[in-house]
Amino acid sequence: MSLWLLLAVNSVTLGGLLFLLSAGFSLIFGLMRIPNLTHGSLFMLGAYFGASFVIRYHLPFWLAAILAGLLVAAFGGLIERFLLRRLAGSEQAQVLVTLGISFMVADFCLMVWTGDPISVATPPGLVGAAHIGALIFPIYRLAIIAIAVVIAAALWLLLDRTRLGAMIRAGVDDPQMARVVGIRVSRLFTIVFCLGAGLAGFAGMMGAPILSVYPGLDADMLPLALVVVILGGAGSLPGSLVGSFIIGFLYNFGQALLPELAYFVLFLPMVLVLVLRPQGLFGRPVT
Amino acid sequence: MGIRVNRRKFLAGTAAVAGVASFPMPAIAQNKPVKIGLLTVKTGPLAAGGVQMEAGVVTLLKQRNYMMAGRKVEFISADTGGNPAGAKTKAQELVERDQVDVILGPLAAFELLAISDYVAESKTPMLSLAAAEDVTQRKPNPYFVRASATSSQAMKPLADYAAKEMKLKTVATISEDFAFGYEQMGGFQQVFEDNGGRVMKKLWPPLVTADYTPYLVQLTGVDAVVQGFAGSNPVKFMKQYSDQGLKLPVLGGETAGDDAQLKSFGDEAIGMISACPYTIDLDTPVNKRFIADFQKEADNLPGFYAAGLYVNGQVVEAALKATGGKTSDRPALIKALRAVQLTETPRGPVKFDHFGNVIGNIFIRRIEKGKDGKLTNRTLKTYTNVGQFWPYEEAKFLAQPVYSRDFPPLKS
Amino acid sequence: MSGKRVALALALLALLTAPFWVGGVYYVNIVSQILIYAVFAMGVNILLGYAGLVSLGHAGLFGIAAYATAIALSAGLPHSAAILVALIATVAGTAVFAVLALRATGIGFIMITLALGQIIWGLAYRWISLTRGDNGVNVVARPEILGLSLASAEAFYYATLAVFLLAVAVCAIFVASPFGASLKGVRDQPRRMNALGYHVWGIRFCACLFSGLLTGIAGILFVYYTQFISPQSLSLTSSAEVVLMVISGGSGTLLGPLAGAALVVVIKNVASAYIERWNMLLGAIFVAIVIFMPEGLVPGTTRLVRRLFKGRAARAAEDARP
Repeated sequence: MSLWLLLAVNSVTLGGLLFLLSAGFSLIFGLMRIPNLTHGSLFMLGAYFGASFVIRYHLPFWLAAILAGLLVAAFGGLIERFLLRRLAGSEQAQVLVTLGISFMVADFCLMVWTGDPISVATPPGLVGAAHIGALIFPIYRLAIIAIAVVIAAALWLLLDRTRLGAMIRAGVDDPQMARVVGIRVSRLFTIVFCLGAGLAGFAGMMGAPILSVYPGLDADMLPLALVVVILGGAGSLPGSLVGSFIIGFLYNFGQALLPELAYFVLFLPMVLVLVLRPQGLFGRPVT
Repeated sequence: MGIRVNRRKFLAGTAAVAGVASFPMPAIAQNKPVKIGLLTVKTGPLAAGGVQMEAGVVTLLKQRNYMMAGRKVEFISADTGGNPAGAKTKAQELVERDQVDVILGPLAAFELLAISDYVAESKTPMLSLAAAEDVTQRKPNPYFVRASATSSQAMKPLADYAAKEMKLKTVATISEDFAFGYEQMGGFQQVFEDNGGRVMKKLWPPLVTADYTPYLVQLTGVDAVVQGFAGSNPVKFMKQYSDQGLKLPVLGGETAGDDAQLKSFGDEAIGMISACPYTIDLDTPVNKRFIADFQKEADNLPGFYAAGLYVNGQVVEAALKATGGKTSDRPALIKALRAVQLTETPRGPVKFDHFGNVIGNIFIRRIEKGKDGKLTNRTLKTYTNVGQFWPYEEAKFLAQPVYSRDFPPLKS
Repeated sequence: MSGKRVALALALLALLTAPFWVGGVYYVNIVSQILIYAVFAMGVNILLGYAGLVSLGHAGLFGIAAYATAIALSAGLPHSAAILVALIATVAGTAVFAVLALRATGIGFIMITLALGQIIWGLAYRWISLTRGDNGVNVVARPEILGLSLASAEAFYYATLAVFLLAVAVCAIFVASPFGASLKGVRDQPRRMNALGYHVWGIRFCACLFSGLLTGIAGILFVYYTQFISPQSLSLTSSAEVVLMVISGGSGTLLGPLAGAALVVVIKNVASAYIERWNMLLGAIFVAIVIFMPEGLVPGTTRLVRRLFKGRAARAAEDARP
């Protein structure tokens, strides 16, 4: 039936968007064990920056997205360097500071961009829909899948195959030992946080043609990112990828087939998974 | 732009904290200013509408030089944060601390329901935009006046237009899963089906829905789609709607096609029909002046929220003129408010029924591209003298339950 | 130590005489709100501060109590019965909550509680026949205690103050008790406690129940205060807000929750009248607390005051210590 096919394809595309959204969070949490609750605000900030670059300064979409990502990455670096670094291990302080910053970022966005929602045009070349038989698939959303896969591959390559990645993983597994062998762990953590924040900002712009940009975007998106990361297994990038697609399927089929349970389609499965497997689908078992 | 201190003077506030408010004041009633309080939302997702509300009031006050019926007007604006507890606290602030004579606002129905009893008990007249139907129907608040519309007041003429002029036979409705959505769609369904149409399916995405696609793919097999999204959701919905390749005509409510939000849409919104108690292209001198002054105040076009509050302000002014400027006799004040009849407002003539709800114009308009390349609304038809029960008789309407997710039921 | 007692006595005196010096009915209501949220925060603090478990779902338990009270009252039950029903419902709900959430610790616990809170919030929206959805439930009248109506702000304030002081006393006893000590032990060294024969899960479970009870009391006070409850009060934002109150005030302390509650309530309600960007101010204060007083307002202020009043020699000796 065509409805099922449409939902199935949209599950994959939504999964792609969710991966882009949550990759940054997964990276930071997985490597630095910091639950970066500013993540939603960074996503929103990237979307606002990107929208301004396109609408006000007439930059091409992809350039705007990359610039937005870089700006947010720089901001993330500042947060890590001056605030988070002194809080290593103190989870409560990390929660307080990341939520405090997210309040400030949200209000800053409201101040600068006002409360009106901003629609971002789909980048030229990806406008419109692909017609396959009687079915219609928005081209931009299909492109999101491709981008998600590319980024996933790039991250995996970075962590698994490069020296930088090896140093990062060493710094995470045993920071003392890593320092002894000469790895600048503090600088690595800043780089990781920048990367995670930059991904969030870039994802915000990637999502903007679909989600638009509006106050409250941060609060709407953060729970989704958390669900994906936790379901997939915090800290596991393949887990986040698979988790994204699972959430995509749950979201689409759940909302369409069980509209009475629309509020519960994500959190009920999440509770079930966590109760049966607290480490998530791909996480390492907790002793 | 640092931290901006708003209209309320800081010193006055500190003085109040120190207990000055408890000092006895001489009774120079006529020289005391009229205090108008506004409950609005300036932070969070509802901020766009809230900012418009405040600007609408300020536009009127500036036009009148902060004078009404010979008395000076003191205007106090309170940010409720868009949640019921905040609305209650700010309502208490306005009533107990600032001792306002009249409250304008709040914005949202869930805020109104939290404070309605309290405000009525304190005998403070309240003029709100919040569309909750029962506040002027089955659970009426005697101190309440609504110069905008109930949730379904604009949707029922829209249904009439859809059935009779657009000759639509079947529609699907989609709106957020909360009372404002139920009441809008309920009103549409009842009138549409009474005119030979049929609602085939009703979809209710949660208030916070990132991706409408699971719902969009179900919008098939009908002549048109009727939506009542509010806040920033209309922009997201229309974009996703057109991206999904859907070509069915879209009919929307007052928040869906709000003039102030048109600048946020892309070309995908062109052709959307909406029904609203206000329209920007109403060619009357008072509306033109309102739009011009509003643009100076807010650097934006006015929409439903701004016009609603401007008209509320006009109603207060007219009532004050009727009571000779007196505000101490509250029952007389609310009587005067409900007795107001105006012809020169940005939305045209207004008067009130015995529940305090407005009877006025409803405009059916279509989004088009203006000569300047920007999107604007063009009025197709005006329904006049539309009250909250239109086209039904009051007794019959009140006998049926309030519109909800299941009422009216889908015809099987 | 006597300095601390003097400060506490002064604070108690200030609270007891509040309606006379805060400057009007509006501010009496503000202090009532502070006390209600302080009780809520104390409930969250039992888990966060003393058990080391951060819950982002407590607004759901808060909401169960508030809704149960409102629904029972509108069904015609008298106040005492409604309050009893609410307490039972909240503790029962907490038991289910705890059984599910205690499957994990650390970030897993945070996420399960977040999800459970969201589920309860969703139920408040969807179960319209019970909760009336986003229209909410109104509470028509406040109860009477010994013939005195609590309708006035001052009367309600004193009732709230009495409940608050009782809650502080119970928490103090709890913390000083052997159970409190074992809870802290489980927080710091769960494996050792287990080896010593303590039933770690059982201790955590009981702590959850106590936390739920306090939260429920706060919920009942809240619904009598605002005389309205709607799903908005059960949102993730509400849960996050009370967690912020606890952390900023100083988790694991008795009066930290009061300080945190005062901070948030005052900024949200009082400062917002003068400063349009109060959200940013609140966020900035949180960041400042993390920089200058990472252990929280109460421990941080105590530390500062102690340093100020010590002699210079004593301070130098303190700094010289390794």
